Amino acid sequence: MVELKNKSSLLEIRGMVKRYTLGETEVLALNKVDLTIEEGDMVAITGPSGSGKSTLMNILGCLDDFDAGSYVISGEDVSKLTGDKLADIRNRLIGFVFQNFNLLPRLSALENVELPLLYSAHKDAKTAARKALEAVGLADRMHHEPTQLSGGQRQRVAIARAIVTNPAIILADEPTGNLDSRVGREILDVFHNINDEGRTIVIVTHDANVARHCRREVQIRDGQIIDIIEHNRAARELVAQAG
Amino acid sequence: MLFWTTIKIALRSMLANKLRAILTMLGMIIGVAAVIAMLALGNGAKSRILGWVSRMGKNTITIFPHNPKMPPVLNGSAEPLSLGDAHAMLSIPGVKYVSPVVTSGDPVKWGTNETFCNIVGCASTYIIIHDFQVQSGHMFNDFDTRDRASVAVIGPETATRLFGSQDPLGHTITISTERFQVIGVLVPKGRHGWFDPDNQVLMPYSTAMTKLMGRAVALNHIDMQVEHAVDLTPVQNKAEKILRIRHSLIQGDEDDFWISNQLQVITMANNIGGAFTMFLGSVAGISLLVGGIGIMNIMLVTVTERTREIGIRKAIGARRRDILRQFLIESVLVSLLGGLIGVAVGVVAAHFVKFRNFSGQVEPHMVILALSISAAIGIFFGYYPARRAAGLNPIEALRYE
Repeated sequence: MVELKNKSSLLEIRGMVKRYTLGETEVLALNKVDLTIEEGDMVAITGPSGSGKSTLMNILGCLDDFDAGSYVISGEDVSKLTGDKLADIRNRLIGFVFQNFNLLPRLSALENVELPLLYSAHKDAKTAARKALEAVGLADRMHHEPTQLSGGQRQRVAIARAIVTNPAIILADEPTGNLDSRVGREILDVFHNINDEGRTIVIVTHDANVARHCRREVQIRDGQIIDIIEHNRAARELVAQAG
Repeated sequence: MLFWTTIKIALRSMLANKLRAILTMLGMIIGVAAVIAMLALGNGAKSRILGWVSRMGKNTITIFPHNPKMPPVLNGSAEPLSLGDAHAMLSIPGVKYVSPVVTSGDPVKWGTNETFCNIVGCASTYIIIHDFQVQSGHMFNDFDTRDRASVAVIGPETATRLFGSQDPLGHTITISTERFQVIGVLVPKGRHGWFDPDNQVLMPYSTAMTKLMGRAVALNHIDMQVEHAVDLTPVQNKAEKILRIRHSLIQGDEDDFWISNQLQVITMANNIGGAFTMFLGSVAGISLLVGGIGIMNIMLVTVTERTREIGIRKAIGARRRDILRQFLIESVLVSLLGGLIGVAVGVVAAHFVKFRNFSGQVEPHMVILALSISAAIGIFFGYYPARRAAGLNPIEALRYE
């Protein structure tokens, strides 16, 4: 909790605009969005489908470009970056967790977790990957392939893969969407644990229950932020216990 | 590290799709095996010809009575090669042996046995020039030539056909109506195509010309041998000068004879053999091209199938070149593995396939060539699918089902 006292804005979006053209109609997926996320925060981005939350997620994850505005992550302005430079930012600063896990088949849990480090020519990928798997409680499943793991275990591997590069931010897209509620709560516990270690987490979800686990909830409608709700710690713990 | 991981992943995905991998490789296997086998066969044919040329004597020069450069009508008016021409050759420095040669094809009889063979009237030095050995008896000598002795030295094949297992020495054979005593049998050299040096009858040219060829004076060719290979060209030039004078040719006239030396024959055999090998190799190369197209096809399918994987890799930080390299390594691996198996199959095939009477000869450079071509095909035909993979949009790739 020490980190929370010296908050600095880790991620800053100003006047973000993203348009899509579908045939002849133009859709404004993001309409001048401003968003600041502090280091150590755990933020939920919620909204109905088509609200623009997936677009925001893609842009936060440096997977997509945008039409206007600026985006600074961990002091680096990525607004003008493209291609391999964005790939490099994704590798160093962002850890992804997806709804359907997105592990590579035919690779063991350990090899899946090593993969991001191999792209950055890390010196001791194996040790780092082992530590990340231990951190998510999968020390005994390292050499299993994804098909030999349960859904919850797969998502833990995915989280280990996201944290192994020590990124500035973890971006999770409906991380509990493919899991039953009990396993989903376990995964949220994992997120709480790594958040307690000081990692910044952004979870995109339409599940209000998941959102209540986060410190803040950013609600999006029609490409605009309509509300930011602070969930206080006591309430979150109550949710955690009751849930 | 990433390189080895990539190879490991490629091998695993090949193992997961064994049948597909094998079928894809089959194109390369057949192509490379065909190229190796064809090159080996061409090479075998070439060395067979060269071996035969060199077995027919060392540093030899042959003079023919017609010039193939002249139109046939003019060739008729050419002055034939005479014994005088042959004798004149002896005056050229560097010449070791000269033999006038007259030939005809005639049936040879012994008792009721009869065989058709080549009758060669020549000097006693003929067997030295052409590197024949006598296995029993002896070669006729210059006295036999002077005396027009009715003697014959026969090839081992002729001996077998006429005498079976009996010793031919001392027996008398009949050619036309003339009778000749067998005084020697040659050591076998091995048949080559239409020409069989083992089925012939050698006799003094004087005997052949007077008794068999109706007192003919025209020689079929003049065979000679020089001391060293470096003498071949100077001796050939000198022989041409002498013959032009002897045949009263003036400046501007074409030679009415044709001189070839063994080096020219070897060069020609080499060129023909090389062209033959190239031709066979390129025909086989087409199947390599087909194999390459097969690889490209399957790599395109693979890229489509693994779109999601590509999306995941891009999301966690793979750059364009990382993806490009991954798929290139995969296609090169398939083509190279196919190439290796193809080389093995080709070497075995070249060893076992015998065409007429020569077999394939594999040389290391062919294997290196075939493997380099395999790798090049992997890169060439893998590049487009790999580039397509590298260019995928990560968001769309992640969404791909």
